[in-house]
Amino acid sequence: MTLTESRLVEPEVLERVLAGALRNGGDFAEVYAEDRAMTAVSLDDRRVEELSSGHSRGAGIRVICGDTTGFAHTDDLSETGLLAAAAAASAVARQGGGGVRRIALSETRAPAPNTVATYPADVPKATKVELLRRADEMARSKSDSVVQVSASYADNRKCFIVANSDGLFTGDDQVRTRFAVRCVSSGDTGLQTGFESEGFTVGFEFFDGDAVERLASEAARRALAKLRARPAPAGVLPVVIKSGSGGILFHEACGHGLEADHIVKDSSVYAHRLGEQVASPLVTLVDDGTAGPNWGSYAVDDEGRPARRNVLIENGILVDYMWDATSARKAGRASSANGRRESYQHLPMVRMTNTFLLQGSEDPDEIVAQTPYGVYVAALGGGQVNTATGDFVFGMTEAYMIENGQITEPIRDVNLIGNGPDVLAKVDAVASDFGMSPGTCGKDGQSVPVGCGQPTLRVTGVTIGGTAGA
Amino acid sequence: MPELIEIAKAIAARAGEGEQIEAYLAAGRETEVRSFEQSVENLSQAESSGVGVRVVRDSRQGFAWVGSLDAEAAGEALAEARDNATYATEDEHAGLPVSDGWPAADLDLWSDELAGYGTSDKVALAIELERELRADRRIRQVVRAGYTDASLEWAVANSLGLSAASRRSSCHLFAYAIAGEGDDTATGFGYSVGRSPSELDLSSCAGDTIERATRMVGAEKPKSAQLTVVLDRRVTATLLSIVAGILSGEEVSKGRSLFANRVGEAVAAPSLTLLENPTDPEAMGASPFDSEGLATRRVELIEGGKLMGYLYDSRAARVAGSVSTGSAIRDGYRSTPGVGARAVSLLPGELGQQEILSAVGEGLFVQSIAGVHSGVNAVSGDFSVGAEGLMIRGGELAEPVREMTIASTIQRMLQHVVHIGSDLEWLPGRAAGLTLAIEDVSLGGG
Repeated sequence: MTLTESRLVEPEVLERVLAGALRNGGDFAEVYAEDRAMTAVSLDDRRVEELSSGHSRGAGIRVICGDTTGFAHTDDLSETGLLAAAAAASAVARQGGGGVRRIALSETRAPAPNTVATYPADVPKATKVELLRRADEMARSKSDSVVQVSASYADNRKCFIVANSDGLFTGDDQVRTRFAVRCVSSGDTGLQTGFESEGFTVGFEFFDGDAVERLASEAARRALAKLRARPAPAGVLPVVIKSGSGGILFHEACGHGLEADHIVKDSSVYAHRLGEQVASPLVTLVDDGTAGPNWGSYAVDDEGRPARRNVLIENGILVDYMWDATSARKAGRASSANGRRESYQHLPMVRMTNTFLLQGSEDPDEIVAQTPYGVYVAALGGGQVNTATGDFVFGMTEAYMIENGQITEPIRDVNLIGNGPDVLAKVDAVASDFGMSPGTCGKDGQSVPVGCGQPTLRVTGVTIGGTAGA
Repeated sequence: MPELIEIAKAIAARAGEGEQIEAYLAAGRETEVRSFEQSVENLSQAESSGVGVRVVRDSRQGFAWVGSLDAEAAGEALAEARDNATYATEDEHAGLPVSDGWPAADLDLWSDELAGYGTSDKVALAIELERELRADRRIRQVVRAGYTDASLEWAVANSLGLSAASRRSSCHLFAYAIAGEGDDTATGFGYSVGRSPSELDLSSCAGDTIERATRMVGAEKPKSAQLTVVLDRRVTATLLSIVAGILSGEEVSKGRSLFANRVGEAVAAPSLTLLENPTDPEAMGASPFDSEGLATRRVELIEGGKLMGYLYDSRAARVAGSVSTGSAIRDGYRSTPGVGARAVSLLPGELGQQEILSAVGEGLFVQSIAGVHSGVNAVSGDFSVGAEGLMIRGGELAEPVREMTIASTIQRMLQHVVHIGSDLEWLPGRAAGLTLAIEDVSLGGG
């Protein structure tokens, strides 16, 4: 099951399939063909439980007719298979006006934001397995209170081509490598957990340094620190969020609400607000698909547009939304290269890439020192947002009380809840440090890899979902 | 094309001396239609199929999948799985199941009606659903209104002689709409689900969506408090799915379950009985077989508040010195089996939702929750989720509230169940909903 380096489908075949897709009419047709291979290894309960590998290839064909999209996919990449899928996708185009259309493709390539030194497929499986044993050993060496360790390694490679009836013909070869460690600790108050992961659009060179030991140590440290955790407060408090995993805050507080599919349907609290102050002047938010080897980077999006760096909010002013081809067409403008799909079996939609807040000027320690009472969030987990109301939640997976400007006792895992525009306005300190972290973003049933990042910052008031008095 | 079960058996039959092979095949077909502004926004038709091969040799397991049913591709997956097995740690409990003689339930989960239901009928349903929503003047926008259906055939066979095959169909109507104006906006999500289109209830899907959106208009952030919450059926179903996950025998054996070593103890209120029963045809997750090919069965997890046992697949059962409860599930052909519930429910109580509200008197009715994946720690039991709903005053639903959290621990919530509704309904997914009242929960607000 090796990946084919050659073209998945010849351009002449693509031209005929695109013409076939528009035979019954329609304004636009697109073929997206993909070859994907993955390897995953998991260790749990001291055992390498499993090494699994998978391979899929297929094509999704889209026909747009007015405001209607028809879509079908196939795992048969022969001309016959593609023509059958094209016929199914074009079932929406019935208004006539079809006939013979000639499509002439013109091939382009965009530069990749990253480089891959060692393709994971060229690395012996035994080498990948060994990483997990090292993680298990390191995490357990931290304390006898670390009672369980699970670790996972995953690599995947996605090669795709995309061609459309406007003559666009391009593609990308994307490699992703990720490692995660989860520890369970046991103490007087029960069980606790610690999780840490990193992922990049690079190859196996990710492991050249001490990544495995660093991640395992951090997961163990987190699980152990939480053994002393007391119940979190319930109510509104100032929150200082450490750089790195806190990027999920902006992903939920405004990232999703700035996706143009919500804007064109008027289902976002940020609709009709271009040029307005939507956040504190300290907030400059960027979505950048070209941001080096971060988890959400690519050369071209899944509609064939070269990745871009898009400023969304500048000094608190809403500058632009994120666009895919469909939403851009409705608004009469160009895509911002945010059209992504989980696989050839899915329609593309507006998605984030690497979304991050730019650094400010303050010293992160000083921000804590100037907070008399509040919560210090050292790590955040996932979140969820209702883009129409702006209400969003995000979970903290390592947090402490701040008392008299000092970080004191750890508190138990809870969600925080806020309203996007309200929380953005309450950012009153942004530090000069910075960190990114990888995530998997789910939207409308599709998952894609994204990066989130931010400096240490303070929000003057967020609701903490604990059980103790605030 | 030959039957899936025959392909599965042919792959399993390639097992050599000292080797076990299992092949799991799935072939599915899906249609999705979405209506926007009274015309088709998307119409997607999809077929997908593939095979996952599990190999156990020298007490080591390997796995590989391929997104094709082609014999050559399946052969490649088998070769890959064999190679992968050599890298696993030796595991005395590794192995595939043999038949345990348990009879499989005779379940009719397939609708021939669906196969004959034309695309234009599906389009008409989606458009009609959107029309009905927009007919209500309080609805400002219909973000999503649509119809989906899915039919799936699957088969599993292993080289120890166990094999099983099944098929099921389902269809859904779904709607997501916005009520209110300006900053005062509220959303509602509704659905109707069935095995065939004739089981769908368009009016109730639209009506539910409208009610949920409109009654939240004007919602404000409440003050923090300690109170009794009454969970909407959907919220209860989510809670039950979490509890069932913690009752996985695999998590118990790996020291990650707060229910470990507690069989026979009172872990919940005495009124609470929790069942897993995939042989109930009303359950959307019903299945006559589990993902390893054993018959599914009714399992009592908690009876009268007392913990009765855990869910097992064949490996977890061997580790625990127990027997499989037919609870192997898998996330399609791309994954190996794990332990999980398909159809978990509470034994319903006597009171309807209105009677429970009356009995509670003062509290919070929780319409929906958010952030379950980030706010519930199934290992420690910490439970903290975003919520919206309506205050309960004088036994009636009163003003709407939002941007708040509700928090407790799983352990405390089970002990503090005060009323279990009679209004049991199987929902999409793996659990049934009913109205549930839980006291002494923390509301985090202003």
